[in-house]
Amino acid sequence: MISVRDITKTYWMGDVEVNALQGVSFDIYDGEIVAIMGPSGSGKSTLMNVLGCLDQPTAGSYQIDEEEVAEMSEVELADVRNRKIGFVFQSFNLLPKLTALANVELPMMYAGGYSNKERHERATAALEAVGLAGRLHHKPKELSGGQQQRVAIARSLVNDPAMLLADEPTGNLDSKSTVEIMGIFQRLNMEQGITIVFVTHEPDVAEHTRRIIHIRDGLLERDEQVLNQRIVHQGDVNIYHSLEGVSA
Amino acid sequence: MNIIESFRTAIGSLVSNKLRSMLTMLGIIIGVGSVIALQSIGQGTIDTAQKNLERSGTNLVTIQPGSQSTGGVATGTNNNNLTYEDAQALAVAGAIPAAAAIEPEYSSGGPIVAGSVNAFGLTVGTNDQWLAVHDATLNSGDWFTDADVSSAHSVAVLGATLAQQLFPDGSDPVGKHISIRRSSFTVVGVLAPKGGSGFGSIDSQMYVPITTAQQRLFGFRPGGSANTGKPVNSIVMKAGNQNDVDNMITQVSNLLRDRHKIGSGQPDDFTVVNQQDQLQAAKDTQATYNVFLLVIASISLFVGGIGIMNIMLVTVTERTREIGIRKAIGARPRDILFQFMIESVTLCFIGGLIGMVLGVGVSVGLDASGISLSGTSPLHTVVSPVIVVVAIGFAVAVGLFFGIYPAQRAARLNPIDALRYE
Repeated sequence: MISVRDITKTYWMGDVEVNALQGVSFDIYDGEIVAIMGPSGSGKSTLMNVLGCLDQPTAGSYQIDEEEVAEMSEVELADVRNRKIGFVFQSFNLLPKLTALANVELPMMYAGGYSNKERHERATAALEAVGLAGRLHHKPKELSGGQQQRVAIARSLVNDPAMLLADEPTGNLDSKSTVEIMGIFQRLNMEQGITIVFVTHEPDVAEHTRRIIHIRDGLLERDEQVLNQRIVHQGDVNIYHSLEGVSA
Repeated sequence: MNIIESFRTAIGSLVSNKLRSMLTMLGIIIGVGSVIALQSIGQGTIDTAQKNLERSGTNLVTIQPGSQSTGGVATGTNNNNLTYEDAQALAVAGAIPAAAAIEPEYSSGGPIVAGSVNAFGLTVGTNDQWLAVHDATLNSGDWFTDADVSSAHSVAVLGATLAQQLFPDGSDPVGKHISIRRSSFTVVGVLAPKGGSGFGSIDSQMYVPITTAQQRLFGFRPGGSANTGKPVNSIVMKAGNQNDVDNMITQVSNLLRDRHKIGSGQPDDFTVVNQQDQLQAAKDTQATYNVFLLVIASISLFVGGIGIMNIMLVTVTERTREIGIRKAIGARPRDILFQFMIESVTLCFIGGLIGMVLGVGVSVGLDASGISLSGTSPLHTVVSPVIVVVAIGFAVAVGLFFGIYPAQRAARLNPIDALRYE
């Protein structure tokens, strides 16, 4: 469970002071699937970076499983990013010189404790689960945007995080790939109980969740319950076989 | 992240930037290569001197005209003050009890002609004791006699190499005629090869009676005001055994000072050179040279290290985004630090290895080529494994030292700033 209280974030862009977050509070419980929406400049990406422990808030409290993130050391933060949180970016952020498999193995290398063989097997299973069994040894530039994002998802899941955070994960994707990614998120959430939080500015993408947090001008505008959640059925896209093993 | 993975990552990034990696390593390559090559030349020179000494015997003492200050700077101006008469006085039975044999030398270089064949070699005028002093043996014929010396006969003994050069058909030179400066000589003997190099290898010289050399061949200038006699270039004496060397030097000095009427407190007008001292002097020179070498190598490695640091800073900046990604998926500061440290150390280590290959290659090549630096003897080189290890160790240390700062900069990057970096 994550708990955000009165979080503010102020930074300087040249001489201009930007108040990206001006006191946001909410809780997200284990097993939820949540979208964060807002117009550009609303502070939703800043919020996401704070949630992902990539950035520190200027003030306020952010707790993960009742632990205060502000009090964590750099090593502890690295550990949270490595094991507790899987982060998916809009621009995928794969290492271009590494193959899909090597990219997915990377978090396990930083976690330590895996043999080469285990790492290889787990990474292979994670890529198979997102429908990329045939693309293990391709480099990112040899993959489509949707495929790259699925590699990034496999990478984010490979250390069994409790929570998957995504900053506009479908922002660079076509509608078919978008549906594929949403399908993967829903299955991870429903079948494995992984908490999913992602940022989007497209209402129909946000409707794949059960809850939408609206942010505007650095403030929480509305916390909305989704009444008619869009469900991606297995027949809608036939890319994945089973997500078993992704975080088994 | 374990070391092997870090190492693999480092190699990968170095290989993907081959030209840049090569240029960066150049300083290290030159540093390590030059240390190994130069040191092996120095060591080879010492080894050659040592071998020559062992070959000629350690109980030889050479007396040369002119005095020498303790610093090795010749201060004597009259180089004719060591004479054949001095040598004869030293050779009088009982004059120098510690001496076993004595031979004066009066030499000059010039073309030696046998029929249509020309060779360039040193012609050494000496006496009948030469064989005994130098522990040499003859392949054929005989050494010239005391009578040949006193009557200044035109007879000659050839060194083995010189004999081969003058008589390439392999015929025995004994009884044949050769000429030098239009004077004809009859070959009476050929020396057995003694091997070795160094100044004036015995094998490539020709030997004639000293009287002949002085009177007929090279002429001689009258001595200085103090002594009138036939000058010699040097007098070589052999002590009965090695323990007598110091005694012999004292006896020789006393006798010569007496003959040259040098008052007490006045410096010698001659120099007695002990072979051991000569070797020691060569070793001292080598030690100085080694210090000098170390300084040059240190400067080269330091400059190379600055190059490494520079390129590592560029690498860190270029790969800011990669660092951000790695941090975002859980790399600790230490993981990033290691990654870049290993990269700079690998760069230096590989540079060191290439330098080693070049240095050893150059030194082996010089040794095999037979090139000579002094003009008399082929260059001999000895690669010292200790120096190789030390040089590469130094290169690795440079990688560690100059890699720390860039790697720390990388490790301290804030993940979100790094990710946003374009």
